[in-house]
Amino acid sequence: MLNIGKIEEGFVLDHIKAGKSMQIYRHLGLDNMDSTVAIIKNAKSKAMGKKDILKVECDINSLDLDVLAFIDHNITVNVIKDGEIIEKRSLVLPKEITGVIKCHNPRCISSIEQELPQIFYLADEEKEIYRCRYCDEKYSESDIM
Amino acid sequence: MEKLRHMMNPLDFSVEELESLFDLAGEIERDMEGYSHKCDGKILATCFYEPSTRTRLSFETAMLRLGGKCMGFADASNSSAAKGESVADTIRVISCFADICAMRHPKEGAPMVAASKSSIPVINAGDGGHQHPTQTLTDLLTIRSLYGKLSNFTIGLCGDLKFGRTVHSLINALSRYEGIRFIFISPKELRVPDYITEMLRQKGIPYEEVIKLEDIMPQLDFLYMTRVQKERFFNEEDYIRLRNFYILDKEKMALAKENMFILHPLPRVNEISVELDDDPRAAYFKQVQYGLYVRMALILTLLNIK
Ligand SMILES: [Zn+2]
Repeated sequence: MLNIGKIEEGFVLDHIKAGKSMQIYRHLGLDNMDSTVAIIKNAKSKAMGKKDILKVECDINSLDLDVLAFIDHNITVNVIKDGEIIEKRSLVLPKEITGVIKCHNPRCISSIEQELPQIFYLADEEKEIYRCRYCDEKYSESDIM
Repeated sequence: MEKLRHMMNPLDFSVEELESLFDLAGEIERDMEGYSHKCDGKILATCFYEPSTRTRLSFETAMLRLGGKCMGFADASNSSAAKGESVADTIRVISCFADICAMRHPKEGAPMVAASKSSIPVINAGDGGHQHPTQTLTDLLTIRSLYGKLSNFTIGLCGDLKFGRTVHSLINALSRYEGIRFIFISPKELRVPDYITEMLRQKGIPYEEVIKLEDIMPQLDFLYMTRVQKERFFNEEDYIRLRNFYILDKEKMALAKENMFILHPLPRVNEISVELDDDPRAAYFKQVQYGLYVRMALILTLLNIK
C-alpha cells in the first residue's frame, strides 16, 4: 500500500466505501481547516475489495463525527495521539442531522422556504431510516447535499 | 405557566389525553349551551393558504359556539403570503393578534414551522398530503360515540388506500388501541403503502387485503369509504372494470350487519349511493357534527380553559 507519513495527533478514518472520501471530506468541513489531510482513494482491502482512507492531522475534539456516522457507520475511526492509536471510536447514528441531506419532496415546506434548516430525524434505528422533520419524507442516498 | 401545546399530528396526544379530549367533546355534545361562553373574548385565527371551506367553517363555528371570535384568510392569494412572507413571520404577526391559530397549507410541514415560532397554540388544519389531525380526531370520536369504545372491532377501509392521507392517519391512530382488526378493500394498484402494513405486522395487529367489498361485508363493524379517482388508474379499462367494486349501494349494504356504520371523510362524489343516506347506518353526516364537537374540545384543551 502507498505509504503516507504518520500523523502525530488526529484521525485515521479507515474502511470508507471506495469513492466516498471526498464527500466525507466536505461534510467534515476539512476544506475550511488548514490541517494536513491525506486522502487515499481506491486502496486495496481484503474485506471490501477497494476502500478509501482519510488521514487528518488535527485536534481530536475538533471534528463532528455525527455526520460520519450518518454517511456510513461502518467506517473505522482510529484516534491518534503521539503517533499511536489510542482509541477506536465506534460510530453511533445521530438522532438528528442538520444540513447534510436535503428533502427532495417537492411538496415540503423546505422546498419553498429556502432559509429553513434541513433537519432529518432518525425514525427507525434498526433500518437506519431518516425522515424529514417537516414532511416525514424518507431520505434516500441521492439526497446527500 | 402551562407549556404551550399544538396539534400537528393525532399521535401528539397520548391515548389518555385523547380520552379526556373525547370525554370533553361528549360533554359539549350533551350541553352545548353550557359551553357557549367558555371562550368569551378569545380570537381564533384561521390561516388558510389554500381554500378548504368545510374545514374552515368547522373551525370557525367551533370558536363561535364557544363564544369567541374569528378572523383570518381563506386562501393565500390575498394574504401577505402572496407577497412572499415566510410562514414563520406570518405566525409571529398572528401571535400578536389572536389567541389560537388553525393553519391549512399546501406545503407539508408548514404548520409545524409555524408552531415552532409561535407564541400561541397552532392547529394543523391540513398540510398537503401529510397530516390532517382534526379529521382523524373526528373519525376517532365518531367511532367512539357510535360504538361506545375505541377497541375490539373490525373496520373495513375501502377505496384509494394508497394516496388517502386520512386513511393512513386513521390506521396509525387506531393501531394504539386493543383488539382492532383491519380489512383493506382496494384494487391492487391502490393498496395501503408497505410501511403501514409493516407497522401492523410489527405490532401484531391483524389485517387482511381484499379486492371486493361483497366478500367481507358481513364481518365489518365499521366501513370507512374513500373515493377512487379515475386519474389513479393506468388505463381506462381497469377503471371501468373496477369502479363498481368500490361503490357502496343498497345491494352491498344488504350484506352488512344491522349495526355496521358507514363513515366517509366527505366530500363524497358517487362512492356512496344517495339511496343510502336515510339508512340509519349512514354516519357520514353525523361525522361532521362530531367534527365540530372535537374541534371545540381541542380549542378548549389547547387554550387550557376548564
Ligand atoms: Zn421535507
